[in-house]
Amino acid sequence: MKDISIEELKELAIEMRKTAVTMVYEAQSGHPGGSLSAADFVTALYFREMNINPKNPKWADRDRFVLSKGHVAPIQYSALALQGFVPYDTIHTLREYGSPFQGHPDMKKCPGIDISTGSLGQGLSTAVGMALAGKLDEKDYRVFAVVGDGECQEGQIWEATQSAVKYKLDNLVVFVDDNGLQIDGPTEEVMPNQDLEVKFKAFGFETKRIDGHSMEEIVATLDEVRGANNVKPKAIICNTIKGKGVSYMENVVGWHGKAPNEEQYNQAMTELAGGLN
Amino acid sequence: MIDLKSKTVEKKATREAFGDEIVELGRNNKDILVVDIDIGGSCKTTKFMNEFPKQHINVGIAEQNGAGLAAGLATTGKIPFVSTYAVFGSLRMAEQIRQEICYPNLNVKIACSHGGLTPANDGGSHQAIEDMGVLRTFPNMTVIMGADYHSTRKLVKQAAEIYGPVFLRFTRDTIPMIYDENEEFEIGKAKHLKDGNDVALIANGDTVHLAIKAAEILESEGVSVKLLDMHTIKPLDREAVLECVEIGKIVTVEDHNIINGLGSAVSEVVAEQGKGKVRRIGVQDQFGQSAPYEKLLELNGITVENIVNTAKELL
Repeated sequence: MKDISIEELKELAIEMRKTAVTMVYEAQSGHPGGSLSAADFVTALYFREMNINPKNPKWADRDRFVLSKGHVAPIQYSALALQGFVPYDTIHTLREYGSPFQGHPDMKKCPGIDISTGSLGQGLSTAVGMALAGKLDEKDYRVFAVVGDGECQEGQIWEATQSAVKYKLDNLVVFVDDNGLQIDGPTEEVMPNQDLEVKFKAFGFETKRIDGHSMEEIVATLDEVRGANNVKPKAIICNTIKGKGVSYMENVVGWHGKAPNEEQYNQAMTELAGGLN
Repeated sequence: MIDLKSKTVEKKATREAFGDEIVELGRNNKDILVVDIDIGGSCKTTKFMNEFPKQHINVGIAEQNGAGLAAGLATTGKIPFVSTYAVFGSLRMAEQIRQEICYPNLNVKIACSHGGLTPANDGGSHQAIEDMGVLRTFPNMTVIMGADYHSTRKLVKQAAEIYGPVFLRFTRDTIPMIYDENEEFEIGKAKHLKDGNDVALIANGDTVHLAIKAAEILESEGVSVKLLDMHTIKPLDREAVLECVEIGKIVTVEDHNIINGLGSAVSEVVAEQGKGKVRRIGVQDQFGQSAPYEKLLELNGITVENIVNTAKELL
């Protein structure tokens, strides 16, 4: 863990959002909505919580980060660029030929990516494997996985969940980005998830539901979870807003996988500079 | 050439070879893990589980998670062998193998019993006739089926030694022992069993012993036969196939759909050369059913007699 204030984290979350939106705008392709809903807890993980070293991305004892909802790669790339895993200018190459910033995270092309993802429902299993390896090797590292609420419609999420509980992976922390929207519409209409916190709890996880845009709550929850070596994997269900921080994107289904035009981009930058409401 | 007539042929299922070799591997390397999917008993991993409980993981009836979890383990330097039936280990977890194992080129081995028609009485649902074909289309994947107990043990050992994803396919039923335990095998290199210049037979897995018998019959009738055990269908030993192209008459034999298996892989090389003929013996693009294993082979023409006749037709 790094010593950094809540205020500094909020400032970084602004940079994270601006960077992610800039990437998608310049590429004219990518997924801004879910990148923005996940921005705050991803910021807290990368800039405060995780033991990682941009100079040694494959350090064996590092904490791992698994973006199971791989399409929101821009928010992870923002963290990697701001931390110096890659030169900051890499942000101008999203989805370009030869770029480390592929459309979805590719561990072979980009330092700091612990596992390639992109096919929904699969990342959590790999996170379980990493956490299990940590237990087998008696290492102290932890594994942080980010899954989407829509993604929880995949059966494999629950296969992974049951195995995390069986192997007592208290070194696994799952963030569920519960923004309520998926490509075809509201999750409640496309395929209701019921209460994801209840589901994770029923599978044997330690759970908590928080405001996924409150840096105070995110940090407090991470502080709670850090010392909890109680044989239970943790699931933090985050109430979030898709597109958070850009007024015209907020809670709008169409901003799942669309790039802003120039006017929209300028408006987004102005709004984001002011921080969250 | 190996002379099957010269000895009383002992039979053994190649899943036993996996079960025996994985114990040796696990003893010598603590990073070797087995990921079971509830069918460890019939996949022959029980011995491993009993001897090395800390290296054994059982994810229950959840193939997709088994493959993904293995990928996560592999990112930390572990060498997981995911063990299940070939039909599930190829198809049920196909996308997980593609996305999380082959795409990031992770060191995961998919080790599957019940290959081809060998789970005979289980019926068509359990017979894997598409597995090797599907998996050979995934970049980075190596696809292997040994022809008997000893060759399978050697190939399993080598699969653990090379980096990258490997699909290994074993028989449920017993098949004749062909090689003695000192025979050496190399992944990606065909085993040259006999040189000849009239016709080439290329077989793999549980059909190699049939091809050996067919070659013996053909030789006794004055036909000079080149015979290859193509245990690795990917990467295919192109050089060995090109030697067969020089002969120009090739019969492939496999316990797999004739679409996209060994016969297809060989045909691709032959077609690129623009000369030579190939006849493919294998599962005739039809599902199996519950029946004795030999009966199922017969229904598909995977017999010594058909190999002999097919070769003669080419002459």
